[in-house]
Amino acid sequence: MLLEFDKVSTFYGKVQALHDVSVKVDRGEIVTLIGANGAGKSTLLMTLCGDPRAASGQIRYNGEDITQLSTAEIMRKDIAVVPEGRRIFARLTVEENLAMGGFFTAKSDFDTTLEHVLELFPRLKERYDQRGGTMSGGEQQMLAIARALMSKPKLLLLDEPSLGLAPIIIQQIFDTIEKLRSEGMTIFLVEQNANQALKLADRGYVLENGRIVMEDTGAALLVNEDVRKAYLGG
Amino acid sequence: MAKNFKFAFFSALLVFALAVPVLNLRLTLDGITLVVTGASAKVQWSIVACAIGIFVWQLLRDGIAGLIPQRQGPLVPEGVSNFLTLPSTQRWGLVALIVIGLIWPFFASRGAVDLATLVLIYVMLGLGLNIVVGLAGLLDLGYVGFYAVGAYTYAMLSEYAGFGFWTALPIAGIMAAIFGYLLGFPVLRLRGDYLAIVTLGFGEIIRILLRNLTEYTGGPNGISGIDKPTLFGLSFDRRAAEGMQTFHEYFGIAYNSVNKVIFLYLIALLLVLITLFVINRLLRMPIGRAWEALREDEIACRALGMNPTTIKLSAFTLGASFAGFAGCFFAARQGLVTPESFTFIESAIILAIVVLGGMGSQLGVILAAAVLTLLPEVAREFNEYRMLMFGALMVLMMIWRPQGLLPMQRPHLELKP
Repeated sequence: MLLEFDKVSTFYGKVQALHDVSVKVDRGEIVTLIGANGAGKSTLLMTLCGDPRAASGQIRYNGEDITQLSTAEIMRKDIAVVPEGRRIFARLTVEENLAMGGFFTAKSDFDTTLEHVLELFPRLKERYDQRGGTMSGGEQQMLAIARALMSKPKLLLLDEPSLGLAPIIIQQIFDTIEKLRSEGMTIFLVEQNANQALKLADRGYVLENGRIVMEDTGAALLVNEDVRKAYLGG
Repeated sequence: MAKNFKFAFFSALLVFALAVPVLNLRLTLDGITLVVTGASAKVQWSIVACAIGIFVWQLLRDGIAGLIPQRQGPLVPEGVSNFLTLPSTQRWGLVALIVIGLIWPFFASRGAVDLATLVLIYVMLGLGLNIVVGLAGLLDLGYVGFYAVGAYTYAMLSEYAGFGFWTALPIAGIMAAIFGYLLGFPVLRLRGDYLAIVTLGFGEIIRILLRNLTEYTGGPNGISGIDKPTLFGLSFDRRAAEGMQTFHEYFGIAYNSVNKVIFLYLIALLLVLITLFVINRLLRMPIGRAWEALREDEIACRALGMNPTTIKLSAFTLGASFAGFAGCFFAARQGLVTPESFTFIESAIILAIVVLGGMGSQLGVILAAAVLTLLPEVAREFNEYRMLMFGALMVLMMIWRPQGLLPMQRPHLELKP
């Protein structure tokens, strides 16, 4: 078990956003979390990152309780997150963005990691000296993922990577995720684009109003009547 | 057309409303009572002419703009402006500036050297604030507070403990850095406007403290008789104090007060060069990039495992320490510090230097410091219209070149076709 949420509850002030959520992610899996707007998908990811902090329950990474660690400490533990809305450094070049991603990577590993990441996203190589903000949405998303990969994570958290992208770009992004899995990376994918996410995922969870209401393999959820009705348009 | 007419009418009204009280109404003393009189007919007519002129201009401005042939391309050709902002050009520009800076004071007038020293103080302040505002993106309106801390540190050390300039210099820097660090804590959670207001308050607090701690700081009178810097123990005064030797006696030359001015200038130049060197080093280190990343997106920084607290505090602390050095030098040069030297307008001017120069660009800061310091001096003959011109220039500047005089360019390789 690489990552485990054990009955985690999170509050925004008085409003409870997560109710005893339990999620497990095994090594080498792609696990997806689907749900409507405001269901608490992003909150779940942010709770993992330590902001907001879980009010009760435990989050374990690699068997270690990380619930009370500071955000900076959590993010330096082979965990990388691609935040919602990309959040690349707009006025920094692609190169600098990637360098920031590898901020805590050992110097000896940096070059090989960079090479590997640029191989995954050849487009970024073409745009190497360009400022991040001047690229298209799809390229920015690639940069956001590449930047996260620069820290050589074992667990990659993706928050809505398909947000606002053209279908063909989404396909490319999902292909890359597939490729990362084949390299042995564990991926936790939070998505609104349920169809594509479930096709890719080994297992999936459905989050509704801060509660996990369903848990099954990706294929099973894809054909599940309720899921089809609620998230896949019948 | 109706909209244009309305706009033109109100523009003319505004000109009238502004110009009449400022230019037309005069207070004169008649016996012991003040009487309001109008200005000469010439002034009154020119106000009316201006108002009409503005009205016509605003009414027909679309038409007039159509008559003027549209200039193709930017003001400066693409190639030239690109060349000017290249890192390599800026580096050679810097070297040339340093050489000129070292040689020219020996041939220049005393006043010019003195003015140049003032420019260099502002360069130092601009470079320091550039770290906080230009690189880390934290809008700091109370920067002058750290300048004051540096100045008063040296003034008080000199007054009460008899410290010399060179020993007090690092202490002043450290003191300002400590203050920067302390200010950093409460404002860590703030950004943008809120941060600006808090730092503004902090700058004012320091000034008011300095004015009211009369026992230690001399209150509004400040501290005077601060020692001038010495060259390895050689003083630049006409007659040396007990146990000291003067520069002109040691080298057997005639006393000339210009020597002191040139010496102060050279110290300022040295301090600026050290500042430039240190900041350039920092920029090449990961911390420099972390500042810029923090400016771009704090959440992304946290997602990458960086600690925004450390990054912000380091920016505040380092930025403040350079203000401390500048303050220490300022105190030594003036020989007198009063709280009035550290008002908000100083903060505003330093900020203007950073913005005018182009956020983050060091050569830009130097150029802007020179422009903003020299301009009021050059325009002295316009006396009361001086600040008006100054303001107008800044407005025009921000309209025509919002990115600053020499915007920062990312270091990059040039591909030769």
